[in-house]
Amino acid sequence: MDLGRIRNFSIIAHIDHGKSTLADRILELTKTVSGREMRAQVLDTMELERERGITIKAQAVRVNWKDNELNLIDTPGHVDFTYEVSRSLQACEGAVLVVDAAQGVEAQTVANAYLAIENNLEIVPVVNKIDLPQADPDGAAAELAELVGGKQEDVLRISAKTGEGVAEVLDAIVERIHSPSGEPAAASRALVFDSSYDQYRGVVAFVRMVDGAFAAGEPLQAMAQGTRFEAEEVGFFSPTMKAAETLGAGEVGYVITGLKDVSRLRVGDTLTSERKPAAEPLPGYKDVKPMVFAGLFPTDSDDYPDLRDALERLKLNDAALFYEPETSQALGFGFRCGFLGLLHMEIVRERLEREFDLDLLVTAPNVAYRVLERNGEWLEVHNPAEMPRELDAVEEPYVRASIIVPKDYVGPVMELNNDRRGRFDHMEYLSPERVLLAYELPLAEIVLDYYDQLKSRTRGYASFDYDVAGFREGALARVDILIGDEPVDALSMIVHRDAAYARGKALVERLRKEIPRQYFDVAVQAAIGSRVIARETVKAKRKDVLAKCYGGDISRKRKLLEKQKAGKRRMKQVGAVEVPQEAFLAVLNLNDGKK
Amino acid sequence: MIPRPFGSEQVPAFEESPSDALVVRHLYVHLPFCAHRCGYCDFVTVVGRRGQHAAYVDALLAELELERGLLAPELETVFLGGGTPTFTEPRELERLLAVLPDAAEVTVEANPETVTSALAALLRRHGVSRVSLGAQTFRPELLGVLDRVAGPDDVRRSFYHLRDAGFDNISLDLIYGIPGQRPSDLAADIEEALALRPEHLSCYELEAKPGTRFTHAHGEELRRQAEALEGYFESVVERLVAAGYRWYETANFCRAALADADGRDLRSRHNLAYWRGRDYLGLGIGAVSTIGGERWRTTPRLGPYLAALREDRLPPRELEPLPESVQREERVMLGLRLDEPLPVATVAGALDEKALARLERLGLAQLVPLGPQHARGALTLTPRGRLLGDAVTADLLA
Repeated sequence: MDLGRIRNFSIIAHIDHGKSTLADRILELTKTVSGREMRAQVLDTMELERERGITIKAQAVRVNWKDNELNLIDTPGHVDFTYEVSRSLQACEGAVLVVDAAQGVEAQTVANAYLAIENNLEIVPVVNKIDLPQADPDGAAAELAELVGGKQEDVLRISAKTGEGVAEVLDAIVERIHSPSGEPAAASRALVFDSSYDQYRGVVAFVRMVDGAFAAGEPLQAMAQGTRFEAEEVGFFSPTMKAAETLGAGEVGYVITGLKDVSRLRVGDTLTSERKPAAEPLPGYKDVKPMVFAGLFPTDSDDYPDLRDALERLKLNDAALFYEPETSQALGFGFRCGFLGLLHMEIVRERLEREFDLDLLVTAPNVAYRVLERNGEWLEVHNPAEMPRELDAVEEPYVRASIIVPKDYVGPVMELNNDRRGRFDHMEYLSPERVLLAYELPLAEIVLDYYDQLKSRTRGYASFDYDVAGFREGALARVDILIGDEPVDALSMIVHRDAAYARGKALVERLRKEIPRQYFDVAVQAAIGSRVIARETVKAKRKDVLAKCYGGDISRKRKLLEKQKAGKRRMKQVGAVEVPQEAFLAVLNLNDGKK
Repeated sequence: MIPRPFGSEQVPAFEESPSDALVVRHLYVHLPFCAHRCGYCDFVTVVGRRGQHAAYVDALLAELELERGLLAPELETVFLGGGTPTFTEPRELERLLAVLPDAAEVTVEANPETVTSALAALLRRHGVSRVSLGAQTFRPELLGVLDRVAGPDDVRRSFYHLRDAGFDNISLDLIYGIPGQRPSDLAADIEEALALRPEHLSCYELEAKPGTRFTHAHGEELRRQAEALEGYFESVVERLVAAGYRWYETANFCRAALADADGRDLRSRHNLAYWRGRDYLGLGIGAVSTIGGERWRTTPRLGPYLAALREDRLPPRELEPLPESVQREERVMLGLRLDEPLPVATVAGALDEKALARLERLGLAQLVPLGPQHARGALTLTPRGRLLGDAVTADLLA
């Protein structure tokens, strides 16, 4: 294909602003799929994606429009997948930026727009859902023009639902977005912007050819990781896989690698031919590291092998998922898992429960810490229980957060951010009504319930986005919880020193209520090192017996006893104390009382 | 903490069941009629329908004939419970008592307001050897909370009518944990009861049973005072033991053998049969029978019961099979309510050995030697273990 007739683009949008619907309309209008094949949101293949309206894995579809080859590269729609989004954007020359006419610009729109601008993409601004009665196309268009620094009349107005204006979007893509530049004759280089795992064919890499070409059967190499394999097949999606003889410069398509492990081919790497290797990889490869960690334990310890198998299978398709075996004396055998962020964690957990039918206990999430040990060495800690008690310094991850709210809610948001150790950076008026607040916040402060708090304090109007800004030193303390003098690893937490006393107190109070009374007094303590900072006592019960039991009461009484017995079986043993599983989640709900 | 001793120090080992286990030696007869229904009660009772007393006694006698084959020629115990058995028309009660088989112990439950000297004499005349009197409390305002008709004087008067008629085995029922009852009220109740020198006392914590009018009215309050009530049970046990009563079952006390002039065993023999896992036959509506690994409950509805027996058919019953494992479980559950040790060999396989070791360490359960023929010895709960009996039993069961 003549490079001048190729256009590579993405659609970027906030959740629910209509990205997938627009993609569907484009597939229909270009006759890539027939009306009969059309099912809503063709591109979102996973059940969960369809249900949540989130696109998790990017895909690329080739469509033809007026003798041009248009490659639509679908991007993940959420903050946790920023790196994947940025790789997808790097594979494009332009982006269609979609904003809901009723909602206007949201925090994620801003983040994605900046990402696109950073990647030198031509932006085609689109206001969607103009058919809605509450739509304000003029207001949304004004915000959008302001955001991308363009003119309001260049903003397209469409309804992806009805199809109105979609042809104009395709025309604008051809007119405004420039064709790919690249050297067809140079040593081949292709950017891996996503991958997926096929049970029969192994890892499928989604690539953007930049220079040169790949042919089926060609030996290839991933330059950053050094992985070597043979291209078993090359081709493109339209919308299903279609094999081709070659994949040429400027084109977007797939390479079937035959690799059996997605971790051997990471997003962002550069593929080149072994026959004539390129000298330099494409820029921008970054090893994404999980920032949020949590313990996953099967509710029934017999399910441990099933959980291990399920994680192995998820990992095939999700290179960002990290896991290692973890043993908790309280919760038994499980896995410490690392996630890109909270949504990623939520998605993994839901897939485990839904697709693999597992009943899970997920501990309170924590972030990754960098610890300078007494011996001068840096250690990365993923679990509060592993934090050394003796250390020289601790660093925690910070994020740059953007929060967009109606101006009336600026006060409550600032208050929340101050509570959460936020550092104010700046504030922008996006319109007379809407304000963007930029903050730096410790990631640890947002993993627990920040988003819920933000939503409740702004009546749901706030939108929020963040990206990781790096590690900073903090005055952090490890708070241990002891139940009946036994430290409970699953309840250890790392908190800012100023908050340690209040958090410790709140947690032991909560635990006192969650732990049923036993045969003896049970002390519940919070401690920093050997210093106890809070203490509560679960008083021993003095009586637990039903008064009367005669001939007519025996069956009823036996059933009550069996129920009591079953209740005891669900308890976890901490030393001599029986603790219900819910108590281990107490730390998750610590802020309930404040709402 | 409760001081030792707990009444009898020489607690005899659990008696072995008679060899011909399928022959029933214990008979329960349910007389459901009451003048009115007390708010806390969840028994099968019938209010009004005075005209049906005769028909009901006819039905009981018909049912007895149908089931007579199950009964041993000589019964150990007969128990007439209710309802208010003494509220039954005297003529009908008399007809029933005259036909019921004789037994070593014949107990009738009575409400104080129904006990006249004539009634006491009637019971005595027909071989009743033991009366269980529903006193509940001596505080007038608390009797009111319980919807009881009798006043404190009725309780005392009925007690003396029974004594005058020659009854030398009288039990009093007391209830504690009544909404509004203070510790001093409870202490006073116990002293009033002790002053009557009853042979036997049953002390029940008020249970807010689901569905009763009482739970509807007082459930919240009972839940609120639940923790404060924990000490009530302890103080009841302490006081009665100090007064020379043996705490022989979770809720039951009898004058200890040493304290009784004739050295009699004053435990309720009928109820002991339940706690020792013996078979028993129950007659009447809502009555439960357990015989040969099966349990059944007769319909609680008067109409179908009377209709079936008018035609000499067995009334409708709800059947519950009791597999061996369940029988063993029940033996542990019931046996541990008693102060006599439970031979471990009789409940083999039903006990969780690890839990037993733990409960021994915690001073809640203990194994005692039983003699050379019982290698494993017998299991008994310590006083504190008995106060926590349900939780301890739940732990002990494998």
